[in-house]
Amino acid sequence: MTYNIAVCVKPVPDPKHYDKVTIDPVRKTITRTGIPTLLNPVDKNALEAALQLREQYTGTVTAISMAPPDAGEILREALAIGADEAYLLSDRAFGGADTLATSYTLFHGLKKLEAAKGYSFDFVLCGCESADGATAQVSSQLGEWLGYPHLWNVFSLQEVDPKTFSIKTKLENGYMEWRAQAPLVLGVSRELNKPRFTSVMGIMKAKNKPLQVWGREDLPEAKDEFLGLKGSPTQPGEIFTPDMKRSGKVLAGTPEEIAGRIVTILRANGVVVGG
Amino acid sequence: MSKKIWVHAEVADGKIANVTYELLSKAYDLAGEMGDGTEVEATLVGSGLEEEAGHLARFGAKKIYLADDSKLKLYSPVIYAPILADLAAANSPEIYIFGATATGSALGPAVAARLKTGMAAHCVNLLLDERKQLKALVPSFGGKVIGEILCPSKLPQMASVKPGIFVKKDPVPMPKRVEKVDLGVYEKLFDAKGLEAVGVVRRPPEGLPLNEAQVVLCGGYGIGSQENWNTLEKLAHLLGGATASTRPAVDEGWTGEHNMVGTSGQSIRPKVYIGFGISGATHHICGMNESGVVISVNRDEESPIFQVSDFLVQGDVNVILPALLEAVKSEME
Repeated sequence: MTYNIAVCVKPVPDPKHYDKVTIDPVRKTITRTGIPTLLNPVDKNALEAALQLREQYTGTVTAISMAPPDAGEILREALAIGADEAYLLSDRAFGGADTLATSYTLFHGLKKLEAAKGYSFDFVLCGCESADGATAQVSSQLGEWLGYPHLWNVFSLQEVDPKTFSIKTKLENGYMEWRAQAPLVLGVSRELNKPRFTSVMGIMKAKNKPLQVWGREDLPEAKDEFLGLKGSPTQPGEIFTPDMKRSGKVLAGTPEEIAGRIVTILRANGVVVGG
Repeated sequence: MSKKIWVHAEVADGKIANVTYELLSKAYDLAGEMGDGTEVEATLVGSGLEEEAGHLARFGAKKIYLADDSKLKLYSPVIYAPILADLAAANSPEIYIFGATATGSALGPAVAARLKTGMAAHCVNLLLDERKQLKALVPSFGGKVIGEILCPSKLPQMASVKPGIFVKKDPVPMPKRVEKVDLGVYEKLFDAKGLEAVGVVRRPPEGLPLNEAQVVLCGGYGIGSQENWNTLEKLAHLLGGATASTRPAVDEGWTGEHNMVGTSGQSIRPKVYIGFGISGATHHICGMNESGVVISVNRDEESPIFQVSDFLVQGDVNVILPALLEAVKSEME
């Protein structure tokens, strides 16, 4: 079996620093100065799944992102980890996209790639959500644009036979099991695998791998009505930082005294302690 | 024709999931606010759900669109999404709300894509603006920022909301009005190759479900050891409560992911929340800030969790946790 796999990736501000995100009170925009940009963490699990499929069978792994021009860096990282090629869909016309417009743009990027390569993608893998927006909607919507079955929150992908896979998706208190064949769009979870580290060799090799940027004119089949801000049915309104501050009374004393005060608070708030 | 607000009813193991009642309760309030006789309606897909449909009526659904067939017993996006999208296209609801559950988070956006409309994900509140259009409040950056999401020019205005965000009202006796969906046109999809739902495996819930617990003891990275985690479990049991965790505690292997609280876990609102060794990353706070009283135990006085606590103990979990267990034990004697 040969599998041609596309992996959708996204640059995100490092989630470790989200407490530093602020809102510019005048311009009403999000300020994220000084927060480094990363390859969205769970996208690495999607990439790892793609690389494992390529190793187990044969095939190709193509990383694709719709992002501002500086996203070349995270695509270079995807190449260093092991993707064969990378494509960045970047144009002002794609800007301001919500999940519907984003998935539409990725859909047309994939279609264009398929036409150029003369094959169609068997698997389109995405991280199940991005760390920043975390809408978790793109993989399902991409599946709909492509007309392929899609599963979200995939934590297990096992071969039944070379053409058939047993897939598990997370549920509240359990999981759901599927039998599936390509083509498929999968939103994968962090439990699916353990992403490999980037090797020095990988970084060296990545320098010579193709990384191409495509703009609006490279996707002539895409319709303006579905692209960018104009193609986004959702529009952002006001933004604010929620005020969740509480009074913060200090409980002090010996451990026994503190424990006693906690018991008192529990009782005062309707929790039965000792009947 | 009066306006409609729709809720998609989620089914788990043949029963309507609790989140559906929470969403219906909110939809009922929104319908009142919208006025002009706006009605709440529900969509329900599955097998053998005629009885269950009655519960939706008691929580305010004036009409239930029921797609019932043995082949619909298990969720599949390939069949569920077209059924729901076609229903919405034919009946034009103003608003269509899904539970942001494992299933709803995949199904909702698929329906939205088919309808070429907008969906606000994981909303923490749903409001109406001055034009009576949906204004969804959506967290981003792990809950550090809340943004309004509007869907001004497409219908339905869609949104997903996690379990535990809205409060379920009391049901009132109400006859059910069911409209059965003609499934003839979907026959082809029933036997479609490519994706087959095989089954559902439930892990028996360990202890009290988080959203039913009046007191939640939450452990973070600062819990420090499996032994302390076990103490936390013991204490929760004695108090008739539940334990919860943060991502780092799960990563350490002290507990499973099932009781994780925060943006990638559950949202809870117990009467009392006690956090042990929790630093207070925004991802976590976003899931617990509706708790009645928040008590936090942490060694580090700079912990952000202290900012959002009613009571704080600057101390060692290794000392405070056993002391609290002893105190509770002695109260039981």
